Amino acid sequence: MESYYAQYGVVVAVLIAGIGLVAVAFTAARIVAPRRPLPEKLTTYECGIDPVGEGWAQTQIRYYIYAFLFVIFDVESVFLFPWATIFERLGMQAVVEMGIFIFILALGLLYAYRKKVLQWA
Amino acid sequence: MTSTEVVFVVLSAVGSIGAFRLVTSKNVVHAALYLVLTLSMVGAAYLVLAAGFLAWVQVLIYVGAIVVLLLFSLMLTKAPIGREALDNQQRGWAALVGAGVLAGLVFLIQNAFGSAPRIQIQPATTSEVGASVFANFVLPFEVVSVLLLAALVGAVVIARRDERP
Repeated sequence: MESYYAQYGVVVAVLIAGIGLVAVAFTAARIVAPRRPLPEKLTTYECGIDPVGEGWAQTQIRYYIYAFLFVIFDVESVFLFPWATIFERLGMQAVVEMGIFIFILALGLLYAYRKKVLQWA
Repeated sequence: MTSTEVVFVVLSAVGSIGAFRLVTSKNVVHAALYLVLTLSMVGAAYLVLAAGFLAWVQVLIYVGAIVVLLLFSLMLTKAPIGREALDNQQRGWAALVGAGVLAGLVFLIQNAFGSAPRIQIQPATTSEVGASVFANFVLPFEVVSVLLLAALVGAVVIARRDERP
């Protein structure tokens, strides 16, 4: 049990080092850098283009479809990880099982393709 | 308390604070980011309970994909940001229902597992999960693909623009 937690000690150490790095960098910049805020400097685009409209813009539903496809194939990939660890042991059976799984999902991708939701026209 | 329990309590506390800020924050995008915090803490709690595969699935699916989907669906709306727009004045009922659900859950879990002996945490590797899924639960696994297919087709039907009106 200790060895299980010990292997995540590195993860925690990297996490702490990462947070520390960002904290030190920002604190050092705050201490060292001169701060003379001007109205021009505080605008959204310092290059001089004035921002138009509100910060909230309605996006197209196409983005939603892509995000949705991402969720579905993310779930598919989650099953691939345990499959990859055991497929040598189970052999042909595992290949057939994953083949059926991916085939059924590929039908969905084919449907999306035929309905032209993947086209960005 | 053992060190495991201390870590678990800290993670739960951070997750609960995130959940509280999630429902009280005035900006829906901030709320989505607090959701990331809460879901990550749930994943970290899985890690503490030695369910490594489940923890990384939580990170991959919920933090990685579901939150992205949520952000995109938020950006689909024309929701104005602000307390007046988000508050539907049902706080009393919401608090009542929340307290009721909490009491019910505490009662149920205490009744079911309160007198049971403590379970020793045993790390489960991904290959054990894989052996279980691909040897014993083949049919449920294939049914998952049908479920995902149904979700995909449903999303396409809803989002697709009709060419011939």
